[in-house]
Amino acid sequence: MKFTIQVNEGPYTHQSSDSAYHFTKAALEKGHEIFRVFFYHDGVNNATRLTTPPQDDRNVITPWSELAEKHNLDMVVCVAAAQRRGIADADESKRNGKDADNLAPGFRISGLGQLIEGGIQSDRLVVFGD
Amino acid sequence: MSTIKQFLYVNRKAPYGTVYALESLEVVLIGAAFEQDVRLLFMDDGVFQLVKGQDSSDSEIKNFSPTYNALGDYDINKIYVDKQSLEERGLSLDDLLHLTWEDEDEDWAEKDSIVLVDRSEIVALMDDAEVVLSF
Repeated sequence: MKFTIQVNEGPYTHQSSDSAYHFTKAALEKGHEIFRVFFYHDGVNNATRLTTPPQDDRNVITPWSELAEKHNLDMVVCVAAAQRRGIADADESKRNGKDADNLAPGFRISGLGQLIEGGIQSDRLVVFGD
Repeated sequence: MSTIKQFLYVNRKAPYGTVYALESLEVVLIGAAFEQDVRLLFMDDGVFQLVKGQDSSDSEIKNFSPTYNALGDYDINKIYVDKQSLEERGLSLDDLLHLTWEDEDEDWAEKDSIVLVDRSEIVALMDDAEVVLSF
């Protein structure tokens, strides 16, 4: 089956990114296809490479990057939601006149159309969040 | 991209307090360009999103409720509101924005977009939908 995954909540505050990650990983291991993972609302905060959890806690961000590299996952961060919350790649940062960028490896910034396309192209759109 | 799917947007949260309602509306408006079969459902505190006469000026948070009036122009005219959620909050259809659309098949006659539904009709809406986005 072909899935698009939507992650609506930020790391650590909410479990939705953990759950989405485990779902995505399990689906891939079972031979399913992940068309796209789309990060929206505070979910965009899952895409910062500056996250530094305490040593006795899990890292929510890095496993996404590793999964993306291993499976060539398309992980998209909504540009409007990202701008509001200070998530930027080098291009976005420059375009908006900012002095830094923080997008983690494996993520890319694009528009909401990517979410709609995910809904159209996939057999199931699975939303993680409240 | 010629596939047309039935999209159902489920809006369950109050318009202010969290960003979900505003960012949901942004998805709906962007999604309109994809010419899908779109339905919007408002239930639980989500019914507050459609209340008319909103004034958020004291909070400095933008009152985005006028945008709902434009949905008809985007061909988004199937807007369902959970009757029970309205009643639980002391609201009725008269308290909501008068959302309309123009039917080009009937000489652009103005028609109401909002339909009140009960819980069993919501079950059917969700059952029919191919893509459910919940906010």
